[in-house]
Order: sequence, then structure tokens, then C-alpha cells
Amino acid sequence: MSGSYVIALISATVIAATPLVFAAVGELVAERAGVLNLGVEGMMLVGALAAFIVSTHSGSLLLGFAAGAGAGLALALLFALLTLTLQTNQVATGLALTLFGSGLSAVLGRPYAGHPGATMPVLFHFDAAVYLALAMVPFTAWVLNRTRVGLLIRAVGESPQTAHALGKAVQSLRYGAVGFGGLLSGLGGAYLSMAVTPMWVEGLTAGRGWIALALVVFSIWKPWRVLLGAWLFGGMTVLQLHAQALGLPVPGEFMSMLPYLATILVLVLICRNPRLLRLNQPASLGRPFHAEH
Amino acid sequence: MPDWLPALERRPAPSSVMRMAAPLLAALAITLTALLAFAALDLSPWSGLYTFFISPIASAYGVGEWLLKATPLALCALGLSIAFRANVWNIGAEGQSTAGAITGGGVALYLAPQLGGAGVPVMLFAGIAGGMLWAAIPAWLRTRFNTSEILTSLMLVYVAQLLLAWLMHGHWQDPQGFNYPQSRAFDDALILPLLADGQRATSAVWMTALLALATWVLVRWSYAGYRMWVGGEAPAAARYAGFSEARSVWLGMLISGGAAGLAGIAEVAGPIGRLQTSISPGYGFAAIIVAFVGRLHPLGVVLAALLMSLLYLGGEAAQLELGLPAAVTGIFQGLLLFYLLAADVFTHYRLRRPPVARPA
Repeated sequence: MSGSYVIALISATVIAATPLVFAAVGELVAERAGVLNLGVEGMMLVGALAAFIVSTHSGSLLLGFAAGAGAGLALALLFALLTLTLQTNQVATGLALTLFGSGLSAVLGRPYAGHPGATMPVLFHFDAAVYLALAMVPFTAWVLNRTRVGLLIRAVGESPQTAHALGKAVQSLRYGAVGFGGLLSGLGGAYLSMAVTPMWVEGLTAGRGWIALALVVFSIWKPWRVLLGAWLFGGMTVLQLHAQALGLPVPGEFMSMLPYLATILVLVLICRNPRLLRLNQPASLGRPFHAEH
Repeated sequence: MPDWLPALERRPAPSSVMRMAAPLLAALAITLTALLAFAALDLSPWSGLYTFFISPIASAYGVGEWLLKATPLALCALGLSIAFRANVWNIGAEGQSTAGAITGGGVALYLAPQLGGAGVPVMLFAGIAGGMLWAAIPAWLRTRFNTSEILTSLMLVYVAQLLLAWLMHGHWQDPQGFNYPQSRAFDDALILPLLADGQRATSAVWMTALLALATWVLVRWSYAGYRMWVGGEAPAAARYAGFSEARSVWLGMLISGGAAGLAGIAEVAGPIGRLQTSISPGYGFAAIIVAFVGRLHPLGVVLAALLMSLLYLGGEAAQLELGLPAAVTGIFQGLLLFYLLAADVFTHYRLRRPPVARPA
């Protein structure tokens, strides 16, 4: 195996990991505020399509990213309206968001199916979006751990009752965190349809939104560990594509199972330790909050 | 929130009227949405509505198709309703269906000749067992390793589909099939009998009715069903009463997995007639919505499955006659659940009128 081949594998890994980094960091912030949004897959799909349509028509990748982020944000706000204002069940609403996003992107994307997209300009092997995703990790870690708003987000995720009693705006903070999650899921989808596989097909994300959700658990809600997990999964996607080149005698279908089986494995490794979960999982994750006064 | 706006106030007890009314409100809202969508697409709203909801079932063949698509939806959703009641979030019915199709289909392809008259029951039981086996994995991971069944059951959907694809491209492929990724057709003796001539619904409809009845007995009359329900409604109370959570998880997963497995084998030994790479247009996922819209009640689930089946048929009719993509069904499915969840707010909350100045 030559050195340039190894470098190509590594850079392919980083690129494949980028959508996961975006989506998982976004979901991490929402979960730190106590909101479990299972609609990541739907937000990514709609973000991917919006970015693909806008970049194809305008020729501008920047506008494409903006459209992807905007579409993700719009879906996240719909989720927030239902779960936060109307107090619906977060699990059911998140599933509905994924089903809705898959259907919407399949219908609106019909005329674009199979078209090739624009390609990204690169800088030291990578395009700017890779660096943006990498920058999101320290940025999120810094905001959550070192700033006032980060402290408030964590407080709201641990005990919204206490935060409310102290006069903090629980709902606004949760709206913000969920919106941020949608924005980043949309960016992740946009990167997928404009860079990783520059094209549109129905169901383009192929479960990456769900893998991002698992990565948040894997990260035990710490941004830096998201990066580690995303590279692990990115590497697996690349391995799957290069298995034949590397001469692995395993059928393609089994290689394709790898990311899903690995997701189960990492979930088990983290969850089998109840103390690890109790210490790190936001205490009010998934629980609705309704201020009586 | 400004004072003059009406605010939500928690009801002392959930409103049973609203619980029943919410699915009807959601169905009404989805009809209104369809009307608006047709108007936006410059189609006549009434003829659009007719095309979507009435023309597909205006013939005996159409009614058969209606039952045919409602069957897998109802089978999966009946099982899921039991799991959801116990707060067991199995969202992998699609994968359990696929697993059931694989095991049942394997029996149909390779064991049935030796079984003679017992072929059909053994094939069906193999399908149920396959679904149970696939659901046992998340159940075991949840009870043994504390791992959320939501993500594991979903991941296993992809694994089951890839497993089926591997079989269809390899060992189980029909040698005379011109390289299509499908198995040979099942023997005629193994295909489930039709309900009536001139339509395609099979005897799986009767199995669904039987399962609905069994579900009703389980949730309404059995001690096991009662323990699962308490575990779902009030986990702390269930623990105090000594009801095992692990038992609930296992029961919920195995029942819902078995029902999904039956749905899978009934599809391949019914309208499809062979194994192929794609055996379901997402029935297992749509069944999640069906279970909720049916209020996790057996009768409600059957009615909701009929509504959802109509959405599938309407999507196909809209594709043929109005030139809309069939994926429109997916949008309507998601919206239906949104509407239901939103309408459900008023089951638990009521609007509080703005406070008026009270004399001191």
C-alpha cells in the first residue's frame, strides 16, 4: 500500500465524516438543552435537497449551504413548535419529522434525481466546509462549558424546573438549541449532496441521521468525542468503498452493514455502563417541561 | 407570553372525549391539507379529492386492494401498539418484517416439498419466528446492556434489508431469473388463498382480525397486559409493585416482532409470490403512525390501518391520474402524525382564559 493511497484513504475518511460531525454536534446541543430530536434524518434529507436545488440553479455553493441550513432550521422550528409549545411527545414527533422529511424530499427532489451536482473548490485537500465542521467542535465545547449561555443550556437540560424558578427563559433556550441542531443537520445534509456524493437520489442520507444520533450517545454528550466517533464511522464508510481494492473477500452487502452494526456496538459499549450514562446524560433529556406559572 | 393570550393549562385528568376526537380532527386536517395542496397545484379540489380518496375503492377490485394494503399495516401496528403501551419503542418493524420474509421464504423455497400439507403453517410460523428473532436482538441489548431499543431496532432494519439483498443476488437467486435479484416463485400450494375471485386480498385479512381480537384480550383482560400497561404509564409504580421491566421489554419486542414477521411472510406468500430485494413500501414505518392514530387500541388500529392504506392507494392513483409522485403518501403520513400529536395537546391541556381582575 503506497503512502499516497493511505493519504487518499485518510482524506476520504475526513470528508465522509463531515456530515456526521455537523449533524451530531447540532443534535448534541439540542440534547444538552434536554430535547431529544429523532428527526435528524429528515432534517438532513430536506437540507440536502434544498442545497442541491439552490446550488444547481444559482451555481453558488455558498447559497446552497445557506439553503440547506435554512431548510434544516425550518424543520427544527416545526419540531420545536410541536414539542415545546404544544407539549407533544418528543419521540413520536421526531419520528414524524423523519417520515415527513423523507416524503417531502422524495416528492420535491423527483425532477433532480440522478443529476450530477457542482463540485467544491479545495484547500489543502479539503474544502472550506470540512474546516467549518472541524471548527464547530471546539466552538460548541467552548460555548457549552465556558460561556454563560452554555451554562444556561446545560441547566435547562438538567433541571428546567430549577432554571425556570430562577427566572431563566427555558422555552427560548430550548427553541434556540433545537434550532441550532436543525441548522447544523441541514448543513450536514447540504455537504452530503454537494460534496460527499455530489448528486441527489431519494433517501440520500441512508441512515446517517440515525448514526449521528447514536454518535451523540457515543460521545457521552461531549463535543470532542463526537469528532472521534465521526472519524471512526467515516473510516468505515471509506473501508466499505475500498474493500474490493484492498482485496477483502467479503460480499458488498456485508461491508455495507458495517456502519449499522458498528453503531449498535458502540451504543452497547457506552450504555452497558449505567454510571457513565447517569453522570453524563442530561437529566431531563426527552422530558417535556410546562411552566404552570 | 403576553397576558392577554390564552395559555395552556394542564387538565386534572386527561379528557377522554378529546382522546377519541383527536384522530378524527387529524383525519379532517389531512383532508383539508389535501384540498389546499390540490388548489395550489391548480387541480380542481373536489376531483382531486375524489381521485385520492374515493376512486381507488370504488370497485370490488379496489376494495380488495384497500384490504390488501391495510393487512400488513394492521398486523405490524397491532404488535407495535402492545409494545408502545409498555413504553417499549420498537421502531424496527420494517426490519422484523423483512426478517420474517427471509425465514418464511426460506422454508417456502427449500423445506416445503418435504413438509407436504404442513407447508403453509410451518412457513407462517417460520415467518413469525424470524420477526421475533430479529426483535429479540434489541430486547436482549436493552435488558442486558441498557441500550435504547430505538436506535438498535432501527439499525437492524438496514441490516435485514442488506441481508435480503445479499441472498437475492447470491444463494437464493432464481437461476432461471435472467439475473433479476429475486428468488423463484413459490409453489402455488404455498400461496395464501384469496378472499374472493377478481381481487388480490388474501386470507391474511382473517389472521389480522384474529390478531386484533387477541390483542384486545391481552390488553383488556390479561394480567400480563395489565403489568405492561402499568410499566408504561407509571414505571415507578410498576417497580414498586414488583412488575419486571425486563419482562415487559421482552414481551413487547417479541409480540411486535412476531406480528411484523407475519406481515412480512404474508406479503411474500401473498401478492408478491416470491422473495425479492424490496418487499415493502415502508409498511413497518407507516405502522408506527397507524399505532398512534389508532390510539394503541386494537379497533382503533384497524381503522387507522384502513385510513393509511387509503393514503397509499390515493398516492398511487394521484401518480397515475394527476401525475403527482407516489411519494406524496410519505408527506401525508408525516403530516397525519403531526396533526394527531398537535390535536392531542387538548387531551392533556385546556386553554386557560386570560385572567380577569378579581376583587381583592
